[in-house]
Amino acid sequence: MSEETLLKVERAERVFGGGRTIFGRPKPGVHAVQDLSIEVRRGETLGVVGESGCGKSTLARMIVGLDRPTGGRILFEGRDLAAEAGKDLRRLSRDVQYVFQDPVASLNPRKTVRTILEAPLIHLLELDREARSTRLSELMDAVNLAPEFLDRYPHEFSGGQAQRIGIARALAADPKLIVLDEPVSALDVSIQAQVLNILDGLKKRFGLTYVFISHDLSVVESVSDRVAVMYFGRVVEIGSSRAVFGRPRHPYTHLLLNSAPAPGRRSLAAEDAETELPDPYDPPPGCAFYARCPRRTDTCNAVVPALEGFAGEEAHQAACFHPHGDR
Amino acid sequence: MAEVVATQPAGRRSGRPDSLRLLLNNSLATAGLIVFGLIVLVALAAPLLPLPDPDMTEPANRLIRPFEAGHLLGTDALGRDILSRLVWGTRVSLAVGLSATLIAAFFGSLIGLVAGYAGGRVDTLLMRGIDMVMAFPYILLALAIVAVLGPGLLNALYAIAVVNIPFFARNIRGISLGVSRREFVDAARLSGKSHTQILFVEVLPNVLPVIIITMSTTIGWMILETAGLSFLGLGAQPPQADLGSMLGDGRKILFTAPHVSIVPGLMIFALVMSINLLGDGVRDVLDPRLKSGALTRPVARTAVMREKQPAAAAIEGAVLDVRGLRTEFHIGGEVYKAVGGVDLHVGRGECLGIVGESGSGKSVTAMSIMGLVPTPPGRIVGGAAMLGDEDLFAASDERIRQLRGAAVSHVFQDPLSTLHPLFTVGDQLVEAIQAHQPLSKSDASAKAADLLKMVRIPNPAERLNAYPHELSGGMRQRVCIAMALANDAQIIIADEPTTALDVTVQAQVLALLDTLRRERDTGILFITHDFGVVSAICDRVAVMYAGKFVETGSTDEILSSPAHPYTAKLIDCVPVLGQPERRLDAIAGRPPVVNRLPVGCAFAERCPRVEADCRAGPIPLMEFRPGRAARCIHPLIAGEPYV
Repeated sequence: MSEETLLKVERAERVFGGGRTIFGRPKPGVHAVQDLSIEVRRGETLGVVGESGCGKSTLARMIVGLDRPTGGRILFEGRDLAAEAGKDLRRLSRDVQYVFQDPVASLNPRKTVRTILEAPLIHLLELDREARSTRLSELMDAVNLAPEFLDRYPHEFSGGQAQRIGIARALAADPKLIVLDEPVSALDVSIQAQVLNILDGLKKRFGLTYVFISHDLSVVESVSDRVAVMYFGRVVEIGSSRAVFGRPRHPYTHLLLNSAPAPGRRSLAAEDAETELPDPYDPPPGCAFYARCPRRTDTCNAVVPALEGFAGEEAHQAACFHPHGDR
Repeated sequence: MAEVVATQPAGRRSGRPDSLRLLLNNSLATAGLIVFGLIVLVALAAPLLPLPDPDMTEPANRLIRPFEAGHLLGTDALGRDILSRLVWGTRVSLAVGLSATLIAAFFGSLIGLVAGYAGGRVDTLLMRGIDMVMAFPYILLALAIVAVLGPGLLNALYAIAVVNIPFFARNIRGISLGVSRREFVDAARLSGKSHTQILFVEVLPNVLPVIIITMSTTIGWMILETAGLSFLGLGAQPPQADLGSMLGDGRKILFTAPHVSIVPGLMIFALVMSINLLGDGVRDVLDPRLKSGALTRPVARTAVMREKQPAAAAIEGAVLDVRGLRTEFHIGGEVYKAVGGVDLHVGRGECLGIVGESGSGKSVTAMSIMGLVPTPPGRIVGGAAMLGDEDLFAASDERIRQLRGAAVSHVFQDPLSTLHPLFTVGDQLVEAIQAHQPLSKSDASAKAADLLKMVRIPNPAERLNAYPHELSGGMRQRVCIAMALANDAQIIIADEPTTALDVTVQAQVLALLDTLRRERDTGILFITHDFGVVSAICDRVAVMYAGKFVETGSTDEILSSPAHPYTAKLIDCVPVLGQPERRLDAIAGRPPVVNRLPVGCAFAERCPRVEADCRAGPIPLMEFRPGRAARCIHPLIAGEPYV
């Protein structure tokens, strides 16, 4: 894996709502993502974990240009991606592609697979008929589907097959980076493994870079080189997969790991019912995890902690005043 | 893997009967189609038919009664042949109605499509314009338009079209709004398509059925409106015949020569009625919601059609004892054997987990117990469900109603759709309590607060006044659990109760269920697809595949030494936290469809240990020792023989 940075998110922020009404009164706004900085290196898989509402899907949509940050910058190979998405989404889509969570909903029910897969070849690569048909059979081969499936409609496919078509579509434009937004969470476990194995094979074969978003810790651990843990619109911990899952620093990461059910694990760490996500319309002044944190002090409620590395492992960072030490 | 996939059909190409056959199944729609077809045929053939000139006046023969020589339907006040005028008039009315519909549909749909897709300011602007058109009464607006443009058939046509544009625009905008927010539209954008391409190539085909439905239900109305304007003298001008003006001509002599107005009246009635019947039929065929069976109202309880009553030998200490349960779905000519002979029992305070992939029949098993499987198409065709010593399948509907939510209660996957959005949590809990216990409102309220406290909801008395949307997902599921426990349930059937929740919340809910069943000695039948969740709460596990249990045993035994190859494979393909290096082992192929189950082992096609005898015949669930069984003749635990 090279150390070259492919994608750089710099202090990105996305506010939904906000602004003022026509009478000048401020409208309430929700910070879906705030002050978020991450880097993705060429050839790696960056896992992003977090619970619903933590902003991980908003981050994904901003990276592929379906949504634009209200602050900060997103750089892809040094190009300002947000500015580019506004002018020419096609240029961006040639480099960055997206795989959706719901495989069936992401395929138009009234189009054949051939029409769906040809769209990026026509509009992004501008291939002629002959080149398209070669590329189509390459794609179907890459995701392990028989070529005769090309003339069928999405409803004739199982979830796993539909997701492989979704992957083939993302692959069609020959992108450098693919953002996978919960690509396996709608699938049965036996199918999930098939899709994960295919993704792994494609990454090696085409030298792809993945941003893999999921709420499932074990899936993220099994695919990622590095992992970012998100909570309430911010990254609270980031580092190599081994470090984050092996020696979690942030109390939230701890909680996540201890709550995850696993075959053979008898008791799960459960918090009290009082613990709730903070109100997005009225965010706490300090650390968003304050109310749920067993290690909280007064400082935590006053100042937002910054992501900081640790002596000896600069790459493993956590946003916490009282991080866990080595286990 | 490509070869494996290639040999399997990806589903039959036409599972459902085609649209025309569906339409012909509906006898009213068919009648409408025939009548409408006849009228259209006659109207089209008007120039070829041996009819006298409809505009030729013949004062000598005025007001001849029907069925008299030369004039089958008689003549009008100017001596014109009514039959001829009727045929030609119908032709005009049809043409105007149809063209007005087409014009309204075109512009209305275009406005609706653009407004729904663009959203924001464009939407506001377009729809407020439509609102302004709608603010005027229908006929008044049409009259105003005709008054400005001057009377005449063409102007009436424009007026009717304009008046009906809002109807299309509003209908189509709603659908287009929904379709435009679907993921495939985002996917098309990322495929490099422009907005225009997306609107007309991606969105329009998905909206088209609604446009057609709306058209089919408006044509009749349009014809009536044309007739109305002509009746008032604003449409067809003399001497041209159309149904409305014929009616108008007859009005003055309604009592002396009723046939002059009755004949066109009957024609309008037949025409509009046939179109409406046909339109309703078309809507039923094309509307996806109606297609999926919303018109077949399921009865309150699953039909029980057992061939023979199984002999019940109660298992010691079991609260719920299900034996030989078979549930089938009869759809079209196909029989889907969703549950094919399931035995299970749950004791006091015990938690039995049913694990399986989607389509394995685990939910249908759970729903069958209290008769919650919709009939039609579902029916229970065999087995018994003993609650204590009462067979639930033999009990009366009233008895089942008493038991539902009392002795046996359910917790479902999605608490947001289980709770009623318009009532407070307190109202719903009180309702659940009062349905089974003769308590006053205040007593029930106090009990509801106790229940919320029991499921560890902070400030229970305050939370009673909260609406479901004001609570988080975890809190809502706690409310559902409280409701399930409201009437001292002996058994809770929990169908994937934590699947929709986040991991930290899932851990809380699982811990709560685990504590409650111990405190209150309630049995739990826990349906899930996740072996991790099973480990956290279940004492025993049954693994389900293609409608049958393939392995049962204690949780620890099944997880540490699975006997059935399917169980082993299923455990192997789950990624485990802390073991990232482990290669995930996918199960090749797909489960069999339950309307074409093989004779032998249903897993044989995908099994690595398959041998010829696996496919030979049915394989029973065989016991290694009491409480541990597998449906496999080549089990993985070789050391242990079956008893």
